[in-house]
Amino acid sequence: MTNQILLAGFGGQGILFMGKLLAYFGLYDDKEVSWLPSYGPEMRGGTCNCSVCISDDPIGSPLVDEPNILIVMNTPSYDKFINSVTEGGIAIIDSSLIESKCDRTDISCFYVPATTLANENGLKGMANIILLGKLLKETGLTSPETVKKAMEKVIPPKRANLIETNLKAIELGMSQ
Amino acid sequence: MPEFKRPHALADVTTHYCPGCTHGIVHRLVSEVIDEMGIEGDTVGICPVGCSVMAYDYFECDMIEAAHGRAPAVATGVKRANPDKFVFTYQGDGDLAAIGTAEIVHAATRGENITVIFINNTTYGMTGGQMAPTTLPGQITQTTPYGRNTSVEGFPVRVCEMLSQLSGVALAERVTVIDPKNINIAKKAIRKGFEFQKNKQGFSLIEVLSTCPTNWGKTPIEALQRVKDEMIPYYPLGVYKEGAVR
Amino acid sequence: MAEKSLMKGNEALAEAALRAGCKCFFGYPITPQTEISAYLSKRMPKVGGTFLQAESEVAAINMVYGCASSGIRCMTSSSSPGISLKTEGISYIAGADLPCVVINVQRGGPGLGGIQPSQADYWQVTHALGHGDFHALVFAPASVQEMVDTVTKAFDLSDEFRMPAVILADGLLGQMMEPVQFDDAEIKLSDASNKPWAANGHGNKRKHNIINSLYLQPDQLEDKVVERFKRYEKVKAEHSEAVADYCDDAETVVIAYGSTARLAKSAVEAARKSGIKAGIIRPVTLWPFPVKQIQKACENAKNVLVVEMSMGQMIDDVKLALNCSKPVEFYGRTGGIIPKPAEILAKIKEMGGKD
Repeated sequence: MTNQILLAGFGGQGILFMGKLLAYFGLYDDKEVSWLPSYGPEMRGGTCNCSVCISDDPIGSPLVDEPNILIVMNTPSYDKFINSVTEGGIAIIDSSLIESKCDRTDISCFYVPATTLANENGLKGMANIILLGKLLKETGLTSPETVKKAMEKVIPPKRANLIETNLKAIELGMSQ
Repeated sequence: MPEFKRPHALADVTTHYCPGCTHGIVHRLVSEVIDEMGIEGDTVGICPVGCSVMAYDYFECDMIEAAHGRAPAVATGVKRANPDKFVFTYQGDGDLAAIGTAEIVHAATRGENITVIFINNTTYGMTGGQMAPTTLPGQITQTTPYGRNTSVEGFPVRVCEMLSQLSGVALAERVTVIDPKNINIAKKAIRKGFEFQKNKQGFSLIEVLSTCPTNWGKTPIEALQRVKDEMIPYYPLGVYKEGAVR
Repeated sequence: MAEKSLMKGNEALAEAALRAGCKCFFGYPITPQTEISAYLSKRMPKVGGTFLQAESEVAAINMVYGCASSGIRCMTSSSSPGISLKTEGISYIAGADLPCVVINVQRGGPGLGGIQPSQADYWQVTHALGHGDFHALVFAPASVQEMVDTVTKAFDLSDEFRMPAVILADGLLGQMMEPVQFDDAEIKLSDASNKPWAANGHGNKRKHNIINSLYLQPDQLEDKVVERFKRYEKVKAEHSEAVADYCDDAETVVIAYGSTARLAKSAVEAARKSGIKAGIIRPVTLWPFPVKQIQKACENAKNVLVVEMSMGQMIDDVKLALNCSKPVEFYGRTGGIIPKPAEILAKIKEMGGKD
């Protein structure tokens, strides 16, 4: 089983961080993992995306261009990637930033107003983590223990207070 | 009376320098300073591309031959890995002020704790007397056969003046070796450069106005006279900067 | 062994260099290798090493030349256009028989090209890394862990044979994160104690050492070069490396290196699943080129496919290795486009049954 995950949005929305968390989920679940960011001038305020592969087998291409899981956080990325999701795949869409609705019937789309939810729940800047929570709910990708362990690894000790809020964001996402 | 003999740091070999060339004097002065400070075993010299390309055979300390213009970068590599060793470069004007301009400027501005011996003889000697960055206005060379025309070839680089603007420079001094009095001043300047290095005070450069009788088409005596009459007025002798950086 | 953690290829390589005893790093910023500099600027001062950002690629490689002359393990890294600038220094390093490690995280070219992954510097790094008769060791890792493992090997062989070593990566390997593991050994930065030839001050205990590549007498220069090529023969005989998978009964053997080999391997495995007898051999050293390993892997093949992120450069060496005994075809993307396993698979299928 291989999950080919593509995360896309604007720079600053925490796309790469979300990817890193996902990669650690895989690592701590004893899977093969890879994480690949888009890099270059587009990193500065432009669109940003990140490929994450989580697999039972060694990973060939770390570049995901046909994801079975897509999380999108802006309209340009939605327009660019929604048709690349493979049949049977899922797309998780921040509906507070993306107005479009997908008419594909061969994939499952979930609309979560993550940015609004984050702002309303004192989780500003954690829309990405809310979307990740939704992903966990819909895929059962990993266990709550792994989520916690990954958070503790990825969030630097001096900002340890953020672990709790991130876990709250995950929970909020899972309740959507 | 002290006996006049070859300094230990100056190898007992015949150099390839032309008769009347002042490289030999400068080599000797550097060697005397190394001897007097007792640092031969702790010194690494870097030679350039140009007439002094084979200076690695003329000094008894460890020597490295650098690519054209890169001696200050090579010296940086040695010094950073061996901060307690003495490192000097020995470079000509083409090497230092043309192809190696970036390297010398940045070694200087970093305050790289090395000593640079800079030989300015207003020409590329080894390749047969072409225009150098320090060639004087009007000076005839192989590549300025009608004289250096500043509207075409631009102006000579005054290295001491230029580098003395940089904060990393502890010593920038211009000397010459055309007579005993100046030779003594030159030796003091070189000694000062090595002392600055010893005390980790930053970058030191000693510019030596030198001769190239062969490519100037002059006798050795005429060549010394040219330094006095033509070079010193354009490149005034003296200390351009002196004082610890650190 | 320490715990596995995720690291970018560039950062893992930088950490591995420290652990291999690299005491000095001289670099210049260029995408997509900059993380190596950034990482070492943080780490070097903490372990007693030197990080220095040079004024140019030219200066950086000459700082390496100086540092290596004094017998200290050192490294520089760059990406394609910067490597062109370093070739002068690399030639002098080879000519003076100095060890050092140079990293090339390749991007698209020629000229300023692009910043996406590429393998278009193969010819440069294996055949023309500067003027004159010489070779450098060239390693082509294919994963982040292998970036780590290769660094130590590069330093060791470079020291042993007194020749520059290049690690040829690309933007994909440099930028991606994968799990890596380091051994727990304490970091011990290099000194010059095992390098009697080093110019680091003779301490009045020996004759002066001279580091030099100038030999004005043709017979001396010839002797020097011939001696060096004898060493190269030993390197060729003992240190070429390749990894072969599924080649024993393969009718189509794919040959690819670096990150492209991962993509090609996915394609080969997919081909096997659909009943095509495909195999893959991945050169791990590009110089010395693993000629014998390739000959053996292709023994039973009807045809051979070379896959590269370029217009086809390594294919020349493959053809030479096989001595025109097999038809050799090519599939490649260039300019920063990463070939998809599906594209490679289509090419394998197209070649199936041909002889």
